[in-house]
Amino acid sequence: MSVEIKNLTHVYMKDTVFEHKALNNISLTIEDGEFVGLIGHTGSGKSTFIQHLNALLKPSSGSIIIDGINITSKGVALKKIRQTVGLVFQYPEHQLFEETVFKDVAFGPQNLGLPQQEIEARVKEALTLVGLDFDKLKDVSPFELSGGQKRRVAIAGVLAMKPKVLILDEPTAGLDPKGRDEILGEIKKLHQLQKLTVVLVSHSMEDIANLVDRIIVMSKGQIVLTDTPRNVFKQADLLQDIGLDVPQVTHLVNELNKKGLSIKECISVDEAYEELIKYLRSN
Amino acid sequence: MIKNITIGQYIPGETAIHRLDPRVKILATIVYISILFFIKGFFPYIYVLGYLGAVIWLSEISLKTILKSLKPLAIIIVLTLIFNIFMTPGERLFGFGFIVVTREGLYQAVYMGLRLMFLITGASLLTLTTSPIALTDGIEKLLNPFRKLGVPAHELAMMMTIALRFIPTLLDETDKIMKAQMARGADFESGNLFSRAKAMIPLLVPLFISAFRRAEELALAIEARCYRGGENRTRMKQLKLIGIDYAASLLTVLLCVAIIFTG
Repeated sequence: MSVEIKNLTHVYMKDTVFEHKALNNISLTIEDGEFVGLIGHTGSGKSTFIQHLNALLKPSSGSIIIDGINITSKGVALKKIRQTVGLVFQYPEHQLFEETVFKDVAFGPQNLGLPQQEIEARVKEALTLVGLDFDKLKDVSPFELSGGQKRRVAIAGVLAMKPKVLILDEPTAGLDPKGRDEILGEIKKLHQLQKLTVVLVSHSMEDIANLVDRIIVMSKGQIVLTDTPRNVFKQADLLQDIGLDVPQVTHLVNELNKKGLSIKECISVDEAYEELIKYLRSN
Repeated sequence: MIKNITIGQYIPGETAIHRLDPRVKILATIVYISILFFIKGFFPYIYVLGYLGAVIWLSEISLKTILKSLKPLAIIIVLTLIFNIFMTPGERLFGFGFIVVTREGLYQAVYMGLRLMFLITGASLLTLTTSPIALTDGIEKLLNPFRKLGVPAHELAMMMTIALRFIPTLLDETDKIMKAQMARGADFESGNLFSRAKAMIPLLVPLFISAFRRAEELALAIEARCYRGGENRTRMKQLKLIGIDYAASLLTVLLCVAIIFTG
């Protein structure tokens, strides 16, 4: 399911002293089945941008076309859009509210008006997808779970809607390294197995570098760069200018090259390992 | 959507009105509001209009903002107008059947309507030009003499500061949770009263949980800094009356004198 954004502009609190242009004329196409990373400094407009993709925010001007349907036009079925485009907010565990994990994950499908049987099947599937044991957890209160488990229940709550496009706003924020790797692994699996189009917002260059097909770099409400991770991380100076960075291992290799070594540019630790071995053997 | 709610919205500025001592502003507002109730007849409204106009002009706050602050109370103003027009007995001007408009009613409606508008404008000018922190500082100082009577002035001010501090945070949080639930197909806007109330559960439960969590974190942070009530605390910004404060007080007294002697 492709997403096409044309000349999107969003102004907060228009016509007041607090007026603020959060998005400035953004045009972008996300292809069907693509895994896109969205990076940008705090306040660069990432969150505002993704909230437009499932019509939680209305643009001040411009349009968003999902699968041929302009979701910014009047009278469009909002529920259908929100079902198609699943949005997982930052710290999604803060939205949990039900007595049991089952009921919480079922909230989305229930709002879609699905039959009970279908709801049950979906909840089971969604919980399994995020690596949780349905039988063990379904009757547990979501508030008794650990941080990582809570987050997965919350993500399952969105997956149970069976979206075709999945947007995640910093899904690993505040998790320990193990929890982070698990969540990212599950997202990768979802992308591969369910053929979901995924947009991953992140602050961590390492996470992004290893996962996505393409990176979109935002700064001050505009897209400044969109390319493959390898090409984006070649522009270390530009990234640093807008308050971002390249993965640490890319830094390391760049510094080594400055000292006179000649190693191919790397964006992941594994890759750097291979290249270093190659370099050391050849000398 | 929810961010457009403005409660005592402060508009930062550097004007004389902004720089006035909050104590003076609070007292002047109280005096101004009380004196409005002493006015009989239209003539003294000229003084009020002059006083209010001067404050608005000096504070550089746009008339649009002022009108916006009247908006939430528009219903009350309209109701006041309607009740006064139709309910006041007196000389009949025109009417249909039992609905009669009287000369006295019309007079009373305009008179009460203006009084209400002056009252709201005056009160909102205080919050528009005074930061919440300055406001609570002022209230604390003003309540200080009552401490001997057992009024916990500092604690009250601290509670107010914390409450005010968390209004925007909670609004943000509400906005976020609302959106998160809407992303899962929740509908807050349609349906009858009962189903709407039920739709609030997915919003209120997370909101309460986060409010309690925040309160606990704040309590811990306060405790960790060894905070203890008001006794012997000094402040970074000492409130001190200066020239403009005396000028403003004098102007307010003049307004009262003018109203009492001509009204």
